[in-house]
Amino acid sequence: MNLRRDVFQAIADPTRRGILLLVAAQSMTAGAIASNFDTARPTVSKHLQILTECELLKQEQNGREVYYHLNPQKMKEIADFIEPFRTMWEDRFNKLEDIMKNYKQNDSK
Amino acid sequence: MEQKTRINAVDGRQEITITREFDLPLSLLFKAYEAPEIVAQWMGTKVIKLDNKKHGSYIFETTDPRGNKHIFSGVIHEFVPESKITRTFEMEQTPFDPQLEFLEFEPLSETRSKLTMHVIYRSVALRDQILQLPFAQGINMAHNRLQDIASKLK
Repeated sequence: MNLRRDVFQAIADPTRRGILLLVAAQSMTAGAIASNFDTARPTVSKHLQILTECELLKQEQNGREVYYHLNPQKMKEIADFIEPFRTMWEDRFNKLEDIMKNYKQNDSK
Repeated sequence: MEQKTRINAVDGRQEITITREFDLPLSLLFKAYEAPEIVAQWMGTKVIKLDNKKHGSYIFETTDPRGNKHIFSGVIHEFVPESKITRTFEMEQTPFDPQLEFLEFEPLSETRSKLTMHVIYRSVALRDQILQLPFAQGINMAHNRLQDIASKLK
């Protein structure tokens, strides 16, 4: 089994990325996670299973409840986990550059 | 495609450095940070307040496609035109602690300039969480819910 490939497949799905975002902020139960999505509960469970299997999420028993939390170690193993963040800034800076190039033209009129 | 924006995030450190070279003279690059109406355009946000001076502050309000408003704000510690801005940045109504940002602007030539953004987070864990946030791009629903949940925590 190629675990590395599985991790990338895991984060390729928008719902699973949404789940990772949610639990990045705080540990949550499966029920609490599911209530954030319009998707059917069993589908969300399947996503949680995939994320847990590839160790992006860890389960933690707390009384009767099972909480899911992010496994930062695993997230780091995703070589380009920083790429979406970089792309966000690249987009902003490209926009800044475009705007100011036009500004320069207008200014010199 | 050429990557103009570089991010240096060393494992296990609570900081990152973002660098970008612009095909713009220094004065125009700095103006994009100084003029509220221009900040609004490239950041895609409403600028409620931008008081560019030592002891000044800023408030940005962004409305997502669902109509939810998100406030980003901070205080300005240092404002040296065409050279340096030191400020804090906070996503209000979220569990994330504010971060400290050092922005340095330098000329590369008459027509080119460089921005170096040094960002310091409260912890390594927080830094890694913030870096993972843009996974939210294109899934506003999850982001909005995050906001909802966060505001309930308060």
